[in-house]
Amino acid sequence: MSAAQKYVPGEHPDLKPPLGQTGLLFWLRTNFFSSTFNVVLTLVTLYFLYLILPPMFNWLFVDSAFVADSRVHCRELGTGACWGFIEKRFGQFTYGFYPLEERWRVNLTFLLFVIATLPVLWDNMPGRRSFLWFSLVFPFVAAWLLLGGFGLETVDTDQFGGFMLTMVIGVTGIVFSLPLGILLALGRQSNLHFIRWLCTGFIEFFRGVPLITLLFVASTMLNYFLPPGTSFDLLLRVLIMVTLFSAAYIAEVVRGGLQAIPKGQHEAADAMGLKYWASMRLVVLPQALKISIPGIVNTFIGLFKDSTLVVIIGLLDPLGIGRASLSDSKWQGLSTEVYVFIALFFFACCFSMSRYSIYLENKLNTGHRN
Amino acid sequence: MATTIDMRGPPKSGFSIGKIWTDKKSRGVIVQVIAMAIFCAVVFYLANNVVENFQKLGKPFGFDFLEQESNYDINQTLISYNSQSSHGRAAVVGILNTLLVAFCGIILATILGFILGVLRLSPNWLVNKLAYCYIEFVRNVPVLVHILLVHGIMVHSLPHPKQAINVADSFFLSNRGFYMPQPVFQPLFWLVVAAFVFGLIYAFWYRRAARIKQAATGEQSPVFWVMLASIIGLPILAFLLTGLPIEWQDPVQGKFNLKGGMAIKPEFMALWLALSLYTAAFIAEIVRSGIMAVDKGQSEAALALGLPRKRTMNLVVIPQALRVIIPPLTSQYLNITKNSSLAIAIGYMDIVATIGGISLNQTGREMECMIIVLGLYLFFSITISMIMNWYNNRIALVER
Repeated sequence: MSAAQKYVPGEHPDLKPPLGQTGLLFWLRTNFFSSTFNVVLTLVTLYFLYLILPPMFNWLFVDSAFVADSRVHCRELGTGACWGFIEKRFGQFTYGFYPLEERWRVNLTFLLFVIATLPVLWDNMPGRRSFLWFSLVFPFVAAWLLLGGFGLETVDTDQFGGFMLTMVIGVTGIVFSLPLGILLALGRQSNLHFIRWLCTGFIEFFRGVPLITLLFVASTMLNYFLPPGTSFDLLLRVLIMVTLFSAAYIAEVVRGGLQAIPKGQHEAADAMGLKYWASMRLVVLPQALKISIPGIVNTFIGLFKDSTLVVIIGLLDPLGIGRASLSDSKWQGLSTEVYVFIALFFFACCFSMSRYSIYLENKLNTGHRN
Repeated sequence: MATTIDMRGPPKSGFSIGKIWTDKKSRGVIVQVIAMAIFCAVVFYLANNVVENFQKLGKPFGFDFLEQESNYDINQTLISYNSQSSHGRAAVVGILNTLLVAFCGIILATILGFILGVLRLSPNWLVNKLAYCYIEFVRNVPVLVHILLVHGIMVHSLPHPKQAINVADSFFLSNRGFYMPQPVFQPLFWLVVAAFVFGLIYAFWYRRAARIKQAATGEQSPVFWVMLASIIGLPILAFLLTGLPIEWQDPVQGKFNLKGGMAIKPEFMALWLALSLYTAAFIAEIVRSGIMAVDKGQSEAALALGLPRKRTMNLVVIPQALRVIIPPLTSQYLNITKNSSLAIAIGYMDIVATIGGISLNQTGREMECMIIVLGLYLFFSITISMIMNWYNNRIALVER
């Protein structure tokens, strides 16, 4: 190419990027070997992975026994994980002690749950409006299906257990704590002193103590606050406590969103002649909730994870089932398998929730910034 | 002009019943009075039920049971305690155990969290993704599962004391815990402590003097090296000069268990590790977002002013990142303290397990025990959030 090459405007030749600025080699060089320190870091990390991954893989898949009758049998098959234990108890891990012949009700509830959540999460869904009506009715249908009565055989809540119990606690907590949390946040921002004081006290109390102490309160001393001789279901007590607990956290998240709304928005709503509730519903809350979505979903994830604490007051969530099964002399000493299995379940649920929140955040970002 | 102006003036302030509700002020008063009435009614109803229930069961209410003999043992105590001690002393042991695990957890979680947060920002793809996998996996699994998993691995996978992992005949790791030599302080050891205290005071005095000097003359002093020498060098010097006044008492491997030395029980280790590993993942995200929150223009401006890279970090980037990092960081510290209550699942005797667990079951004083436990946690969190608010007000940007 001669140095004095002329370019006609608008007809620049499409030159390729200089060699070594693209492709796999370039990517490798910038990401792994850009400096001496980086080279060392890469090598150390590779060695670390070499130490960790193969044994883990062997333990999980290669040396493990997927079908076995007892721990001894497992050890004959391989030195790795004994998944046969999980396989044998899979029913209990899923349904707890729900009667065998009634398990279809749990399955059906789960199917309906999926149908009910779809229109909430997916806003381009065909026929979304009619499905949303179903979502509103779903909690009652679910309660009827799970508890029985009105033609179905009744099932006591102490037979609930396993992942089904986790879902019951998680979903109920999420459904009820969101509206309660929004109300509390509004109360805390209110001009009315007594209301503000009441909401602040409530929020600070529930945020100040660990959930486990609240569950102890629910299981040991709540009966003192009821008229003598009355008592109500332990699961219901736990649900109330879990809901109040996460409502307090949601209230703080929503308060952060409310505080981020400029005063002009409130004033504009007032100037339009909107009353308090109308201005909140139409102007302030849509903006505030949009900002608080990541925080709200994080609280939900926290609530879902915290549902495991019920094992300490004797409910049989997956951890409870796991611990009960570990006391079986045939399977003693397999705690790692049980907890890894449960950890994977929670990871799948919570990770997808957090992915969804990121997706929602991007979608609702109407681009006022950047 | 075609427009007409309403000249009627403000509406007459006559009284009518409907106005009480349409007027903002009086409506506020009414709403509050109703809320207060409902609140008082609920409180009265609950209190009444409590009194009736106590009368019916013939139970007294009071904290006198704290002086009774506790009749149970605690496997790890920071102060002297045995089964003849009182319930009150058991509660103190529990509080100290809670604070101990929270304190150790906070330190380890902070270190791990900062390392992970920086790794997460590394330009090295492999390191970055590895940190990401760790953070996402750990964050999305309940802390109770972590605690039980770590405890399970410790109890089932570590060898029995007889085959304990032995490092230099002084450190033993087995499923009964981690044993290490116990220091026995000789009489002259107080000189080392005195040297340390003196070094600390001198170091801070020197730093202050150096700042004043720099403000007045612009001359810089080797602050870091002087501080290092006086805080660490001076005690070491004193230690050597007094003739190494510490003796180490090694643990001895017995037939069934290890004897002597200092022991960290598996319950404590499991709780400590699990809480730290779990919280470190959250701290890493906080650190990452804090560093990313500092605008690139800030460090570019500092470099343009001629500040060296290190000073740019210390004087410009880190102070601004800390402003974002510290508030959520304290709430993580509070979370460690609260999550340490899960100790009860593996039998570490913290405040919930002692006074809220065994004492409660032995004495049957549910109400009093739960009041103590809830009150203590409220005290912790209110203290920390008050310090936090004070700190936030101090570092908040002053705008307009």
